[in-house]
This record gives sequence, structure tokens and C-alpha cells, in this order.
Amino acid sequence: MYRYDEFDQRLVNERVAQFRGQVARRLSGELSEDAFKPLRLMNGVYLQLHAYMLRIAIPYGTLSSRQMHKLADISRKYDKGYGHFTTRQNLQLNWPALKDIPDLLEELASVEMHCIQTSGNCIRNTTSDHQAGAALGEVEDPRIICEVIRQWSTFHPEFSFLPRKFKIAVSATEQDRAAIRVHDIGIQIVTNSAGEIGYEVWVGGGLGRTPIVGKKISDFIAREDLLAYLESILRVYNMFGRRDNLYKARIKILVHEIGAEEMRKQVEAEFKEVKARGALQLPDEEVARIQAYFLPPDFETLSDEVPEIDALIAKDKDFADWMKSNISAHKHPGYSIVNISLKPTGLTPGDCSADQMDKIADIAEKYAFSEIRAAHEQNICLAHVRRKDLYEVYKALKAAKLATANIGLITDQIACPGLDYCNLANARSIPIAQEISERFKNIELQQKIGRLHINMSGCINACGHHHVGHIGILGVDKKGVEHYQVTLGGAADQTAAVGDIVGPAFTEGEIVNAIDTIVNTYLDIRQNDEIFIDTYRRVGAQPFKEKLYASH
Amino acid sequence: MRLIKNGQFIEDEWTTVADEEALPEGSIIVTLERWNKEKDALVARKGKLGIRLKSGEDPSQIADQLAHFDLVALEFPVYRNGRAFSYANLLRERYEYKGEVRAVGNVLRDQFYFMVRVGFDALEVGDEITLEIFQESIGSFTHNYQPSADQKPSVLSLRQRLAANAAAGQKRG
Amino acid sequence: MAQHSRKGAQFHAVTANRLLDGVVVYLTATDEWSESLQDAEVAEGKEAADALLARGAVFFEPKNFALDVYLFEVEPTATGIRASSVREAIRQAGPTVRKDLGKQAKLDDTRASLNTSPQAVFA
Repeated sequence: MYRYDEFDQRLVNERVAQFRGQVARRLSGELSEDAFKPLRLMNGVYLQLHAYMLRIAIPYGTLSSRQMHKLADISRKYDKGYGHFTTRQNLQLNWPALKDIPDLLEELASVEMHCIQTSGNCIRNTTSDHQAGAALGEVEDPRIICEVIRQWSTFHPEFSFLPRKFKIAVSATEQDRAAIRVHDIGIQIVTNSAGEIGYEVWVGGGLGRTPIVGKKISDFIAREDLLAYLESILRVYNMFGRRDNLYKARIKILVHEIGAEEMRKQVEAEFKEVKARGALQLPDEEVARIQAYFLPPDFETLSDEVPEIDALIAKDKDFADWMKSNISAHKHPGYSIVNISLKPTGLTPGDCSADQMDKIADIAEKYAFSEIRAAHEQNICLAHVRRKDLYEVYKALKAAKLATANIGLITDQIACPGLDYCNLANARSIPIAQEISERFKNIELQQKIGRLHINMSGCINACGHHHVGHIGILGVDKKGVEHYQVTLGGAADQTAAVGDIVGPAFTEGEIVNAIDTIVNTYLDIRQNDEIFIDTYRRVGAQPFKEKLYASH
Repeated sequence: MRLIKNGQFIEDEWTTVADEEALPEGSIIVTLERWNKEKDALVARKGKLGIRLKSGEDPSQIADQLAHFDLVALEFPVYRNGRAFSYANLLRERYEYKGEVRAVGNVLRDQFYFMVRVGFDALEVGDEITLEIFQESIGSFTHNYQPSADQKPSVLSLRQRLAANAAAGQKRG
Repeated sequence: MAQHSRKGAQFHAVTANRLLDGVVVYLTATDEWSESLQDAEVAEGKEAADALLARGAVFFEPKNFALDVYLFEVEPTATGIRASSVREAIRQAGPTVRKDLGKQAKLDDTRASLNTSPQAVFA
């Protein structure tokens, strides 16, 4: 993975010093809250329901064992011994004191980590496939260009006061695990007929109040031109994005208002000028320099045939269940991708204790080349594990309560922190997720149901990505009482779609039964091993609406 | 409010003239609207001319007329509105404007760094700003990842330079 | 944001977050800030509420002690002060899904436990 050179490290150190000064001025009263707020946001510091919240950047979801150990230490020292992995591959701490944050940032900087631009109206963490470097059919490791984008977007002098936040995601496989079509800019790495690497570029996707699937505005941008193209998009957005209404300020609104074709035209016109100037041309040597950090690890020559593992699968049912759901195919023979579920029954989706972070770091060090990934589904991934080590890894995870066998299944829910933690929330989401996980905890039932993504958000800001869940749950406030609105048929991958609202919201007491009804309806009408989303696409919302609102 | 230009406090020689006001002598700044209405009169006038662009009035509207202006003032209606960063960058890099580019309106001291990078050479600042504060702010970071109007070498070019030196060193050694 | 007061509510208290550490605090009768809702001064009627808020507001500016100072609806009961909304009930206790964290774990049981199971409180 990428390692800082002197320039990267200096930048991060200077940022810590800058923020330390800003915090001191704030605490002394020299700096007002109004002036301080944009500064603290650009360092990932929020004020939430119970306390400050700090969002730590995990660039494109990759971190080392050393970094994970540091996150564990920091969460013990400055917080309450746990953290929350987010839908943008970052980590959130829920209880840091403002006065401690400069020291916390300094500790992060010592392991090449930071909180830069994890909030605010600027370019945020560029996210990607948690299986990068290991996935089948990958054009190239998407993290190479992600690192290029990360550097270009850090402290960009022109784009630090955008109309709103700006999120970029990159995918390198046909199967999109990075949800690029619901990002402000989505990038698909492709090759042209000459075999050259280039990029499909999508703009104007997003969730929140006005969920929209992005529009493709370019089929192929050559690698050397990507930064010039991105700069052009950002410049058009910075100049013409709305400034009058916070709820209409994302680039998706601009694209919607002027149309994709006009957007493409404006971007192309700007691109022509920027490219001609040449300043942003991406040199091959820099790509090669970064690429060197993302070379495949020293894989051994191994076989996918490991009779010992097969025997253990036959013998140990829990292990067999885990193998069924939590392992993904690896492109190198003899290796596997291990998905670690942070969705145990009855606990908070995406939360990880400091001890668990240490355990993951240890396991990664021993079995996975010390490399760890955070997935946007709020799980962890070890991308390169020898198949023959899987039982040992499983046992180690199990001992740390990290072996829930539910990846991609109904209890692998995405849930935002909701009203239990968040100032913006209208309703709690975590208790609902807990109840659902209890209701469906039976592993055979989960396997019978198959792949089904439930996403839930505690408010319309949609941090839980409910719009693109197969089943989406949105918490709403009806006269001060928490209610839950259901959507069906959303998808975050290359078949991206915004879910359909099925009808009036359910109460806290009704919502889990409603989910049950939806699942049973699906099981009744599915054909030929269809997964839920395919059944929905075949039959539409009607059968579900009928069952859900039969008595209404 | 005071004016910092090229790192020094200076007296403002310019007068901003309201649209209905009669044009005084000396260096004056007018709005885009007035410029569009009274172009001939303003061009014929003796004395330096400056123009003030609001948020939403991007410099492409005056790109071919920049020769008439010794100053372009760009408004920040609120600090959050960063359109003027792009306007300044375009003036310097796209239109190669060499006159004064002045930031007017509401800015945070923590934005000085970015403003200088994109090509503002004059900043209207609050009375609490000292030169020390200004220098500290624009010196926040030694290196920059991106090239910008300030022509400072980007990290990329520094890396290339280092690599070239290393290669040359190897050749010699 | 979830509602914290109804129109025409009769009783209010003032809350804020401490600047230094973000902890939720409540304005007391002696113009101090307690971490417990049970120590909060309760204002009855609009005039008293406005006056209470004004007293709290100075701790934002110029005293630079607290952030986000606001009035919220409460109900004085025989067993103590109750937050009327789900949001404020959660805020005065801690996350409902981690009973081991926040005020509910730190403060004396009889104080924070009052509202640890928020229901449909605006009935």
C-alpha cells in the first residue's frame, strides 16, 4: 500500500500544526464558532447529539496492521474504546474532546493517517472496491488512481469552498462494489481497443433528499488526462453550482437542471483549455511510482485444492456456514478474500471495539500481508489470505466475535448511527437493525433467503444509503414519534437504481413485522432461485404493497 | 477594513463607485453592469479603471476586454461562497491577466493561503488581521500537491526533480 | 433534526454542548451547567423560557463556554424532570443501544434512568 514520502508526511504534519493553532484560538475565544466551524469540518470534527464526533480518513478503504493498531490505541486513549466504520470507508469516533483532538491528530500523523477533508464543502475521501488488487476481472488496481486523486484533491486551493460536499468513487471491475453511479463523480477504469487504460466518467449521482443515478459524460478519458478532466468538472461545478439553497447545491442538481448533455459540453469546453495548458498532465513516472506501492504481494504458488479445508468444512458446520457467505474468490490460485462481518446479532452494525481492531490487525499481520480494507457496507476485508489458512483465520476471528456468517445476507445491514448518536437524525436506526438481526438470526433462514441488502438511514441525508438498498428503511419524525418508511428495489452496483416508496410509514412496533412480510412475500413468489432484487424487478412493488397494507 | 497587497498594508488608491454615482477623478472601480452600460464613457475617461465582479459574474464575460482594466475585484458575499477562487484562477491562468486581482467581501484568515495560490495579489481584510497573521496563514504549507496560478512547483514536479537528480547522481557515481 | 419541543409547550429547560469536550449540559438555577437534566432549572411559560434562554446564551458568546444553546420541552413530574421528546430523552441519557456509555452509565441511577426507554412521548 502507499507509503508517504517526505512531501506527504510534511503536509500532514503542517496540517496538524495549523489545526492546533486554530483550536487554541477557538478555545481562547479569539476565533468565533462561526469562523471555526468550516475549519473544524475540514478536519472531520462534528458536533453531534452527545459529544463531538471525529471522522478519520481511510483513503480508499486501505489500512495497514500498524495503522489499525493505532486506531485501537486512539479509541482507547481519546474515546470510549470503540469506533464505527462508515459507508465511505472511514472511521468515526463518537466521544473525542475538542481539546484533545490536536494531540489525536498528531498521533494519527505518526502512522500516516489524518482527518483531512472528511467533512466540509470540499472533495472528500475517494472510495473504492474493498477487494481491490484481489478481485477477479480487475482492469487494474483502482487504488493507484485513487491515490493520484487523493493528492490532487488535498488542499486544492480552488475547490475548498464548493457549493457542497463532493464525493468521488472508483471501480475497476464490471461488478461495481464502489457504488460509483451514486457519487458526484464515478469513475470506471476501462481499456480501449488498443489496450490502453482509461476512464469512463459519470457525474451527478447521489442520495439524500433527491436521490439520482449519475449520468455518463465520457466513455473514455486517457489516463494522462484524468486530472485535467476532473478539474474541469469541479471548475464548472464550483462556478455554476447553486449557492442560494443548501438543499439544491450538489452537482446532481446542476446536472439535473442543465441536463447531462449541456454538462458534458461545458466540461469538454473547459477540459479542452485545461488540457492545452498541460499543467495537469499525469506523467507516466508518477503513475509508475504510485503503482509500485500497489504491486501484488509475494504470492506463493499454491493450489485452490486444499483437502484439509474441505475436510473441515464437512466436519465443522459453523465453519462451513462462514465459508459459504464470507469468502470471495481471489484472482490468484490458492488465495481467498476474507470478509469480516461487523454485523453480529443484536449489536451495532459497523461498530468495532478497540480490542477487536487489535485482533484484526494481528490476524492481518499473520495471515494477510498486514493489509486491511474497510468496505462501504461497514465491514472489514482481508484481501489476500491463503486458502489453507482459512480455518486458523476463522478460529481467530471467532474468538474475537468477528466471525458472523452473514456477508451479503439479510442481517448484513447497513445502518447509519441515527438518533442514538446523530444531531441530524429524525429517528433511531440501530435498534431497528438490531431487532431485524434478531428476527432473522437463524443461519439456515438467512441462507434460504439469500442475497438481500437492507440499508437504513435515520434521516433523509441518507448516510445509511437506504435509497439503494434492496429494502430501504428511512426513519422519519411524525409529530415527534419515530416512524419508518420502506422503499424496495434499490441497488448500488452497476444495476444502480433508487428504491420505490411502498406506502405510509410504519411505527417502531410494526417495522420488523413489515420486513418479515416483505421477506415472506418474496419467498412465496420467487422463481428459479431468484434473489430478492431479481424477484422485485420481475414482479414490481404491487405484490409487496398488497401484503404490507392488506389490513390498512 | 484594510488592504494587503503583495504582503504589505497599503493605502487604497481606488474608489469604488456606485452605479448611480457620478464618476470622480482618479482610479475607480465600477460594477459589471455599469461597465456594460457606459463602456464608451468609461474607456474615454482619464484615470485607471477597475471592475468589480459579483458571485455569478464569471470573468469570461470580460475576457476580451481585460486590457481596459488595471484591477479586477472579485466578491466573496460569504466566506462559504468559493466561486471567486475559480474566477481568480481563470483570470491568471486562462486569460493571463496581469493587473491587480483583489478579494473583497467576507473571507476567513484561513482562506488567505488558498487565495494567494489562485492568484489574488490584493486582499481586503478585517481590522484584526496583522501582517504576522497574514504571513503565518500564507505560510501554512511548505508544499502543494497541485500546480496553481502562483507558479509554485507542485509536489509532482519536486518529485520529478528529485528523481532526475538521483538518476544524474547514479550516472556520475 | 428530530423535534424537541411542541408549539405552546408549557415547561422548558436550556441545554447546550460544552465547548471543551462536547458533553451535553443543562443550565441550573445558579447559572451553572450540570451534566444531569435533574439539576436543570425549569421555566414555566414563554416569558420565563425566554429569560432562561437569554441567561444561557451568554455562555456561548461572550463567555465562550458552551455551544448550541437552546430551549427544549420538559415535564416536571413527581419523580423528577422528564424530557418530553425522544431526542432529548436520548440526549440526557446516552445512546439507547449502549447502556454502558454516556450519562446513563456515569450518573447516579435515579437520575439518568428516568428516561432511558424513550417511547412515543409526544402523545
